[in-house]
Amino acid sequence: MLGILRIAYKLLVNDKGKFAALLMGLTFSVFLMIQMTSMFAGMMKKASATVTNTGAKVWVMDRAVTNVSSAIPMPDYVLDAVRSIDGVKYAVPLYSGAGLVHLADGTYQPVTVLGLDDTSLFGRPALIEGNITDIFAENGFIVVKDAEFPKLNNPKLGTEFELNDNRGVIVGIATVPASGLFGIPTLYTTYSRAIQYIPSMRYTISFILIEPQNNAAIPHIQEEIAHLGYETVTEQGFIDKITSWYMFRTGMGINLLLMTAISFVVGLSISGQTFYTFVLENLGKFGALKAIGAKGHELVAMIFFQAGVTGLAGYGLGIGLCAGLIALARLRMPDYASIVTYGNLLLALGMVLVISAFSGYIAVRKVLRIDPYDIFRG
Amino acid sequence: MTDVAIRAEGLTKWFGQGEAKMCAVREVSFEARFHEMLYIVGPSGSGKTTLLSIISGILRPDEGKVSVENTDVWALKENALADFRLNKIGFVFQDFHLFPNLTTVENVAIPLVLKRRDWNESIKEASKYLDIVGLSARAHLSPTRLSGGEQQRVAIARALASGPDLMIFDEPTASLDGDTGKKIVEFVKRDILTDHRCIVVVTHDDRIYDYADRILHMEDGRLLDGKGGADA
Repeated sequence: MLGILRIAYKLLVNDKGKFAALLMGLTFSVFLMIQMTSMFAGMMKKASATVTNTGAKVWVMDRAVTNVSSAIPMPDYVLDAVRSIDGVKYAVPLYSGAGLVHLADGTYQPVTVLGLDDTSLFGRPALIEGNITDIFAENGFIVVKDAEFPKLNNPKLGTEFELNDNRGVIVGIATVPASGLFGIPTLYTTYSRAIQYIPSMRYTISFILIEPQNNAAIPHIQEEIAHLGYETVTEQGFIDKITSWYMFRTGMGINLLLMTAISFVVGLSISGQTFYTFVLENLGKFGALKAIGAKGHELVAMIFFQAGVTGLAGYGLGIGLCAGLIALARLRMPDYASIVTYGNLLLALGMVLVISAFSGYIAVRKVLRIDPYDIFRG
Repeated sequence: MTDVAIRAEGLTKWFGQGEAKMCAVREVSFEARFHEMLYIVGPSGSGKTTLLSIISGILRPDEGKVSVENTDVWALKENALADFRLNKIGFVFQDFHLFPNLTTVENVAIPLVLKRRDWNESIKEASKYLDIVGLSARAHLSPTRLSGGEQQRVAIARALASGPDLMIFDEPTASLDGDTGKKIVEFVKRDILTDHRCIVVVTHDDRIYDYADRILHMEDGRLLDGKGGADA
């Protein structure tokens, strides 16, 4: 069978014009599919940046909260109640809000302010400059050095600024695994300073972060907190909740899904049609093979092998093109929200296999119907 | 081995339905022997090609029986029939049907590859057949770069590669000029026809009738000269 597949391969790749057209169609289709899904994955990673950067195993929030930036403050007694639940090792408050920084050059820059529990500083970022204890110093803030960092005029240790008319000083420069979705810089400070600097309502706790004694305790904790009227989710649960919100409540997911579906249809039609034409042009040859003694299953194997080779080659080229363009985009936009995940790759592979199978199927139907007698009749 | 290569008895083939129904081959019976070059001749539409297709296991007759080397061809199941064509019959098509995207030697190796022979071994053996038809120097060219006569020789080499007992030539001179056609048929008669091989040629080119051992004339689906055919 290997020899027959070798013939099939040579018939395919030596027809350079058709093969190039097939590859172009599939490459373009795979590129679009991966690009769309990668953009979505990149945006979701950024949308969940605070969750992943903080690293808490369990999050407590108001039931109406859909993502980190739409926190609904909770009263302090909830924190006390959570701390008293069996299975909770410790629980700390987290403040998440937005502020306006007045820079030394007179311009204003919106920022995200995260207030860490004063006692534990749980969820603090990794510092690349400065000392974490300096966050307790007067007006101390830690700035995250990510793609948005230059928007604060590249502050250094000791750089002063105004946050909502309060004096702030950079005491540390940090790095985090993921930066936020909305393209604004992030400042860390203590919880008490955050609620002092940022105007807020009567309640101030955005989220309560819990470290359970063990994972088995999480369902009990969730049940107890539900009695208080609040929602408890695991880190992954929160990420899923955010993703689900963006996907189904903002239209973003549907748009990307549509684009992915269109890419799939484009790939299917281009490669299906081109492959069908390729087989039609070689129909006489397949008929000759049948007359010589090739069996039906051998012709089927040849065609699906050709469709598979084309599909996988287009898949590889599409991935390469997408990765190349993402890399190129990041040269200009370091925070470009697009990541190629294994999930994206698997999805695109699945779609390419469907395209290949469909192309092969319509071609096989034609080839199996050809009567070798037609070869004699010319 | 029996002396009779092909025995056809009462072959009949109808095409179409209703008023359009017509009989392409009507009660044809004949025998062909080994070491015989048998011509089936007649005007266009006389049923030559249909008869050729029936005896080579490509077109099922409505009535009658064909035996090749005592094998009842149409009693074979689909896969066995494919194996029969692969192992017993060598086809040389009118339009050659060579693969332009394969080299000449790869084209010749196709029957060997279909027999599941190793690729390198197939290519090596195919080279021998190319040598027989005098085209070993053209082994690595695409058939599109060969002349009509050379393409015909490649098609013959490909047919030979399966080691057939029966070789079928469909209008072998139709795509060639007169001289080349004659040379090809002369070569076939001299070098390809062996004691253990029967060659059936369908043609209406009377310039090559001289090379036939026996000629069957067909008209309107019938053999004009009875069971045995006329000696050339």
